[in-house]
Amino acid sequence: MDNAIVATHPHTHETAIAAEHEHIVLPQHRHHFETQEQQREAATFGMWLFLLTEIMFFGGLFFAYLLYRNWYHDAFVVSSNQLSIPLGAANTAILISSGFFMALGVWAAEVKKQGLLVLFLVLTTFFGVAFLGIKAVEYHEKWEKHHIPGASFDVSQFINPEKYGLHEKPLAPDMAQKTQIFFFLYFAMTGMHAFHMILGIGLLFWLTWRAKRGEFSAGYVAPIENFGLYWHFVDIVWLFLFPLLYLINRHPGT
Amino acid sequence: MSATSYTIVNLPDQRTATLPKRNYLNNEDGLLSWLFTGDHKRIAILYLISITFFFFIGGAFAGLIRLELLTPQPDLVASDTYNKFFSMHGIVMIFLFLVPSVPATLGNFLIPIMIGAKDLAFPKVNLLSWYLYWIGGLFTLAALVLGGVDTGWTFTTPLSTHYLNTHVVTAATGVFIIGFSSIFTGLNFIVTIHRMRAPGMTWFRMPLFCWSNYAASVLMVLGTPVLAITLVLVALERLVGIGVFDPTKGGDPLLFQHLFWFYSHPAVYIMILPGMGVISEVISTFSRKRVFGYTAVAFSSVAIALFGFFVWAHHMFIMGVSNYSALVFSLLTMLVAVPSAIKIFNWAFTLQKGSITFETPMLYAFGFLGLFTIGGMTGVFLGALGMDIHLTETYFIVAHFHFVMVGGMLMAFLAGVHFWWPKMTGRMYPESLSKLAAVTTFIGFNLTFLPQFILGYLGMPRRYHAYPPEFQVLNVLSTAGATVLGVGYMLPLLYLGWSLKYGAIAGNNPWQATGLEWQIQSPPLTENFIETPIVDHEAYDYEWLAHKTAQEVTTVG
Repeated sequence: MDNAIVATHPHTHETAIAAEHEHIVLPQHRHHFETQEQQREAATFGMWLFLLTEIMFFGGLFFAYLLYRNWYHDAFVVSSNQLSIPLGAANTAILISSGFFMALGVWAAEVKKQGLLVLFLVLTTFFGVAFLGIKAVEYHEKWEKHHIPGASFDVSQFINPEKYGLHEKPLAPDMAQKTQIFFFLYFAMTGMHAFHMILGIGLLFWLTWRAKRGEFSAGYVAPIENFGLYWHFVDIVWLFLFPLLYLINRHPGT
Repeated sequence: MSATSYTIVNLPDQRTATLPKRNYLNNEDGLLSWLFTGDHKRIAILYLISITFFFFIGGAFAGLIRLELLTPQPDLVASDTYNKFFSMHGIVMIFLFLVPSVPATLGNFLIPIMIGAKDLAFPKVNLLSWYLYWIGGLFTLAALVLGGVDTGWTFTTPLSTHYLNTHVVTAATGVFIIGFSSIFTGLNFIVTIHRMRAPGMTWFRMPLFCWSNYAASVLMVLGTPVLAITLVLVALERLVGIGVFDPTKGGDPLLFQHLFWFYSHPAVYIMILPGMGVISEVISTFSRKRVFGYTAVAFSSVAIALFGFFVWAHHMFIMGVSNYSALVFSLLTMLVAVPSAIKIFNWAFTLQKGSITFETPMLYAFGFLGLFTIGGMTGVFLGALGMDIHLTETYFIVAHFHFVMVGGMLMAFLAGVHFWWPKMTGRMYPESLSKLAAVTTFIGFNLTFLPQFILGYLGMPRRYHAYPPEFQVLNVLSTAGATVLGVGYMLPLLYLGWSLKYGAIAGNNPWQATGLEWQIQSPPLTENFIETPIVDHEAYDYEWLAHKTAQEVTTVG
């Protein structure tokens, strides 16, 4: 039957059944995949591709930031000095902890420890929520200082910084206007990041609920692994945002 | 095999033939079984109905535009209404028709079958992307009903962000959501093609339709998010009033142009590449030959996708990019002509000494070859720096991109729909009517858009609703052509609908084609294949087909 195109596939039945004796057949196996391995690989590959789209998505914002930072360097320096490094640094530490517990969660799922998995997912969620809490404090501070573009933004404090008790170089009025672009980008970038965190926390609740029912304790770990990838991606975005927005101007001479 | 007698596969006896008892269309009944389906074939049908709906909405606006341009005076509508007409025409046609047309309908239906898989990798994501398509579409329609948008389909800033009091945010939200529909479709195709090919279905045995959709998917996945974030910024800027794009506030409208065209130029290849895949299938089938230079055609798809990301700034030649970057982008733009020409020449060599028959899909494919060649060559004019400055924002541009997108993509889409109609529905369409429609479309198309090349060369700007009287003759010709074209589009709608009930039973392989999709029953089973196929021959292997007996095929359920 060398030219038969559609014939019995020797792998479909005998070997698949043999394979299924080795691994336990999971209820989550979808009918259109030949093997569970194929299903898991497809899910992981899909997740990486999705993260690639996310990189392109954030890329537009980073491009805009780098462009305007070059053009309006002085305005960006002064504006970024208005951000709170302690809060930003605390948030960085909190987010890294959250990522750490997520990684432990993936490990717990892979070694089939249900109790630990639930615990680590809860800890991940806790640190995620803490991050958003601090972000809210920061946003509130921006509101009080009139740093929210479009709302009640106060340019004059960058033209006469001493009058406002700021230890900054005074900016010419047209350059002072450009601080609005910094804050616009600050809110767009951290807001987009926070939006991803909120989605992630929602998913964490759902995954925790499923983990409690024991869905991931029998070897079906793709959702945990793939969510882990997403969560780490969100961490990494912050690890670029923090230095770019908070730290990059804090060198002597500015 | 020994010298037993071989019969060429199943042309059914029309008197006795019936559709297979069990197939994907009647496997489950009821509206809900369609709205919650995970079957890629049913989702393809859902898309086919949806995009046809939006195509005729976009087409209606085209008709209104041409009607206004019948006379030099602005006598049908005022200028702002006219602006809303062409904006809506552009937005609907680009985002709701051209981008999803071939991938979401034919691609969804065929890619899993062509590579021997039971479904796409993520059926739920596939269904989600259809819902996103509709949610985005409803936002776009809402913008229309609430009073329209007059930015043009490009949402150009700072016009869109600061100077227009129309429903830009609503329309941008619509396009943003449709973008995610497109991202998910592309993602699904890439994963499916990478991970779910049947045993023996190597990359270089894949039909070229899969290759071209794969290349288009890469563009969707990498380009669309950039459009999405750009539209987010436009919407934010409009709502907050502070701008990254507004020059009066220190922003840069060129930044918008860069980000927008970084997606929207590759989007042209998202639109045309899947169409090129259709043409490869059709030309090979009706020449009874393997596509000449299969590997070159496959790689040229990838090359077009790759180059597609490096040419965006040719949209900015007259907007103040530096001379050096304009030169570089001019050169890169012309480079895209190389892989496109590779395809055209290879199709021509495929036809050479082939046993050509002129079925309807082939007529559309010939239409594609002629029109796309003209569209592509005028693209080289526009890539050339000096010519571009003369022709930018004239009707020459309008004619050029309609030749590529309508002459190219729409012809390919219609070729594909006719080619695979028997597979999707199990029925044939009336042949003489369908040939008439193909010829009408071709004539109508040329009558509509050839005059626009001349109009543009003479200096008639695009996006104006009035023009000097000396341009009237050509405009009347163009409008007359649009009427013929409209008839050409209505005809398939009527006879394809008719064929659903009264068409002759098609059988499994009415064109005697080699692809895996022709070796299963029409319409296929929900699970496509009873047994996973093992592929042991190249794509378009007509010698193999001639030696295959009907008995070897596992088809009917």
